[in-house]
Amino acid sequence: MKNYLKYAKPYRFAYIFGPVMMLTEVFGEVWIPKLMSLIIDNGVANHDAAYILKTAAVMFGACLIMICGGVLGSYFSVKASVGTTSDIRKDLYSRILDFSFSDIDRFSTGSLITRLTNDLQQIQQLIVMMLKLALRSPGMLIGGFIMALGVNRELAMILLLIIPVLGACIFLIMKTAYPRFVKMQKALDNLNGGIKETLTNIRVVKSFVREDFEKEKFGRLNDDMRDRSMAAMRVVIFMQPVMMVFMNAASIAVVWLGGNKIILGSMLVGELTAFITYITQILMSLLMLAMVILQSSRAVASFKRVSEIMEYEPTLSDEGAACRDKRIERGEIEFKNVCFEYDTDKVTGECADNSDTQILKDLSFKINAGETVGILGSTGCGKTSMVQLIPRLYDVTSGQVLIDGTDVRDYSLFHLRESVGMVLQYNTLFSGTVSENLRWGNENAADEELRRFCEYAQADSFVSAFPEGYEKMVEQGGANLSGGQKQRLCIARALLKKPKILILDDSTSAVDTATEARISEAFAAELKDTTKLIISQRTNSVKNADRIIVMDEGRIADIGTHAELIDRCEVYKEIYFIQNEKKEGEV
Amino acid sequence: MREREELRLSLMKRYGRRTADSVNGRPGVPGGPGRPGGPHGGPGGMRGPGGKPDNTRQTVKRLMKYVFAEKLRLSAAVVCVVVSTASQLAASYMLRPIINRYIVPSDGAQGDPGGLAAALVLMAAIYIIGILSTYLQSRLLIEVGQNSLRSMRRELFDHMQKLPVKYYDTNSRGDLMSRYTNDIDNVGNMLSSTLMSLVSAVLTLIGTFGLMLYTNVILTAVTVVMVPLMMTAAKRIAAASSGYYSGQQAALGAINGYIEESVGGQKVIKVFNHEAVSNEEFDILNNELRQHQLKAQFFSGIMGPVMNCSAQINYTLTAVIGGMLCIFRGLDIGGLTVFLNYSRMFNRPINELSNTVSAVFSALAGAERVFAVLDTETEEDTDEKCLKVSCAYEPEAVKGDIVIENVSFGYTPEKTVLKNISVYAHPGQKIAFVGSTGAGKTTVMNLLPRFYDVDSGRIMIDGHDIREYSRSRLRSNITMVLQDSHLFSGTIMENIRYGRPDATDEEVIEAAKTASAHSFIRHMPRGYQTVIDADGSNLSQGQRQLLNIARAAVSKSPILIMDEATSSVDTRTEKLIERGMDRLMSTRTTFIIAHRLSTVRDANAIMVLENGEIIERGTHEELLKLKGRYYELYTGKAELD
Repeated sequence: MKNYLKYAKPYRFAYIFGPVMMLTEVFGEVWIPKLMSLIIDNGVANHDAAYILKTAAVMFGACLIMICGGVLGSYFSVKASVGTTSDIRKDLYSRILDFSFSDIDRFSTGSLITRLTNDLQQIQQLIVMMLKLALRSPGMLIGGFIMALGVNRELAMILLLIIPVLGACIFLIMKTAYPRFVKMQKALDNLNGGIKETLTNIRVVKSFVREDFEKEKFGRLNDDMRDRSMAAMRVVIFMQPVMMVFMNAASIAVVWLGGNKIILGSMLVGELTAFITYITQILMSLLMLAMVILQSSRAVASFKRVSEIMEYEPTLSDEGAACRDKRIERGEIEFKNVCFEYDTDKVTGECADNSDTQILKDLSFKINAGETVGILGSTGCGKTSMVQLIPRLYDVTSGQVLIDGTDVRDYSLFHLRESVGMVLQYNTLFSGTVSENLRWGNENAADEELRRFCEYAQADSFVSAFPEGYEKMVEQGGANLSGGQKQRLCIARALLKKPKILILDDSTSAVDTATEARISEAFAAELKDTTKLIISQRTNSVKNADRIIVMDEGRIADIGTHAELIDRCEVYKEIYFIQNEKKEGEV
Repeated sequence: MREREELRLSLMKRYGRRTADSVNGRPGVPGGPGRPGGPHGGPGGMRGPGGKPDNTRQTVKRLMKYVFAEKLRLSAAVVCVVVSTASQLAASYMLRPIINRYIVPSDGAQGDPGGLAAALVLMAAIYIIGILSTYLQSRLLIEVGQNSLRSMRRELFDHMQKLPVKYYDTNSRGDLMSRYTNDIDNVGNMLSSTLMSLVSAVLTLIGTFGLMLYTNVILTAVTVVMVPLMMTAAKRIAAASSGYYSGQQAALGAINGYIEESVGGQKVIKVFNHEAVSNEEFDILNNELRQHQLKAQFFSGIMGPVMNCSAQINYTLTAVIGGMLCIFRGLDIGGLTVFLNYSRMFNRPINELSNTVSAVFSALAGAERVFAVLDTETEEDTDEKCLKVSCAYEPEAVKGDIVIENVSFGYTPEKTVLKNISVYAHPGQKIAFVGSTGAGKTTVMNLLPRFYDVDSGRIMIDGHDIREYSRSRLRSNITMVLQDSHLFSGTIMENIRYGRPDATDEEVIEAAKTASAHSFIRHMPRGYQTVIDADGSNLSQGQRQLLNIARAAVSKSPILIMDEATSSVDTRTEKLIERGMDRLMSTRTTFIIAHRLSTVRDANAIMVLENGEIIERGTHEELLKLKGRYYELYTGKAELD
């Protein structure tokens, strides 16, 4: 909570004046009935038309103040709530940008998006509502009560009796309703999750003719949703009748006691009317408050979810970096007894020490600057995990990764990642033109440079063939490009960084072998000083590398040249022959 | 500054086209249980129904059908509304005779405490009736609302199950989801609360108006003059705010689109040290949203105070004129008192009505969108319309003899995807399709289980046109393994068993072994009982594909379609599955699409598709000898996307 004060601070003026302005409404609402009672008791009773007109003028004045206050109050409340949520959104976003890969995995992309969009929207609504009602409802309660006291002390005692009892009743209803609402929300989440799943998997459902099964599954969720909502609603609907019981009882009591007083001459008729109005106002404001609190339960859940992010310490930062200013000069990589496992608590919360979960087991090797190294191994053997340790996308569990003799954790993240170009397995291009996407690698790259690096990545030919050339719009996620085109653009984007270390994570899988060969030729000719790590599933893609690392179940099976490995490494031999026995047709 | 402005424009151009709805539901509609009511409800979705009045009438009529399904409860509820409104009016009117007769008798006599007590007892009785009927009414209404919601949801879901795959290919999932999350929600709110508050508001209005007329004609005239003024003010504000509201929605859509893309691609942002740029871009969009929100919300926010204030002005006017009337025209004080009460009571439903109008509109718009789905033709509908033959052929057993004869097909009439394709496969044969993206490989696979129907030509299984078979019989004889490996949340056991519900545990494990999935499943924390989530974040892509293959293996259907089924499985594992796959395929007629040509080498026939035509066909050896397109692909001279 305390963390949020700083977001309110720039708007403290609005935060104070919003509710204060709203008080003018309270003022008008409690004062006008009083004035009205004066009209009846003095003006009408004494047949004093001038008095009535004079009082009416005051009443109109009150109306004017009310509307000014209301409009200003609304202005300030909106300013405060929009301002605060905008600022939170901004910080939340940069917070999420600070997240490490494992943090992103932990929260999942979908949930991060909801927090940034829907949840913040909910919070904004909550703030507006709070600002508008923060002083209004209590003000109404107190103001109404004071006025009621002014009208008649004894009658006001009825209120003293009723308000606490009514408050207790409302509290009880809400206390019963709240957990039911939580359950209802859960049922809703389940329902939506179920629908989403079926919609996503519709082809599977249809091809296995499981429509009836899905309907039945949905029917259960649907029934559950209805039952839970009913259970929650059934409690909430007590609110209004309970309210009415008290309001009506109070009216009757007031009319009875007040009526008797008037008969005895100790009270005026106008006062009775005003008094009834006050009772209605006071009790209504109580009801409003209760309703708002009930409504806010959703916003509170959103608030918790946003706080979870705000209070989450990214698990990877360069705060402790010892050589902040050091840049990578050569690109020599060394792994020293590296062990690695992903955070497991997000998945099952179990088996944290189980050796089964260890992805990399005690890796040690060295790659020289400028060397080209192929990495080979079966799915899940840890190839991707291993290279991700180099630009610190994840941190080692134990051991050390060194670049140019310095632990990667001692570089600033900026300098580290600036020098490591990486083409991820799951490539993403962004909305914008091809050249805008390429300039991610280097903001200030000249057009010639773009073209040159695209030539290395064998992308220039197809980009130039677009009618718009480098200005072609790429749709979200690169949906209007083929897999091979995307991969080559992503390689070009990484090359534009002119990295000291270049990592390609299976990033030519959709590119044909001839093009792939041309890409490697360009690498060899143009990127002599760059250390190149190439993960592939095809032996032919790495055959010409200076050395090949063969991985098997998180360990290094062997390191060597193609010729050495084909001689001595069983795993390599196996992979090579599976792939090449079938390629007899190849020239 | 100029640079920033340019960036802003370019960002809005890139992301501004998206509407807020398409990304993440409609914010700004409070929804949820029990509307707060009162003057500060604010306009929810300020959008009209968008249809013509005629359309709207149709929608209302159809909507009423759901509600009328609960006829008994509904009519009881209406009775309750009438009773509670009437008792409220009656009780408030009683104040006049009470004041005039017992407290300050107009003839100047002494007040009558005994009469007062008797009158108050009567009043209490009326109140009790009112309270009881209010409770009963809400109790009945939540049942009406929830039941109609449930049946609407069920109908929508059931209907969606029957829709052709084409529908899912042409509509985004987010859009379909929002039918459930937003549209039905809005309709539900209307059914459960808005509708009755509408009825009660109208009743209160009419009743109050009648009582006002009965009490005093001149004072009623004051209110009659004031109401149109109030309405005009409200309309003005609503018009202004809806203008700003659409600006806000556009800005919201832009930022949501940006968030979706950048959070989704965050790993790339990190790899490229792009955080600062992304932060700046976000900041611009965020500011854009802030500006629009300030305006939109301010205008919707002042609706309450303005309405409230005009109600007070009305009240004041009534007090002044009423006071004058008392002095000069002999209006009784009791009359004035109740009239002032009425003027308050009269304003409340007007306020409520102006609040509910927007809710009603968004509910109607929602209902229209739901009905649009319900009106979409199902697969069966299309059958009845377009085909002469009845789709009811249900043979005992299918052998799997497939003939594709001169088939042409296009997803849209303008663009033919398949041109005159002919392929045959005898039971147990393996037919492979290769070719670049968009050549039409997957389209062929879509035609077999009738996800789409051929435009011309025909497909026959065991000598019968597939359109003669009942859909369920046809599909249950075809097993598909798709490229996007879809799993369901549930245990691994359940997921594999999806292929055949009556498979025993042993059969499931056998299938998993066939697909080489057994060994990694065994290493999972709970083995076959491990629960996986729908997006399968705890499984690798390759593992998910293996589970898909296991799911297909458990099925006993004689026809198997594999669409890039092993694209994410590495060559070594693929080699391992091979034997199992061979066993799987030996008993089935198999159509296979594979990226890696090595996996299709031993097919009985390979079809090379290009631009919707089969340009080469034959066995691996024959095609290599041909030195054509296949040869180029195989030797890596041409690219396969």
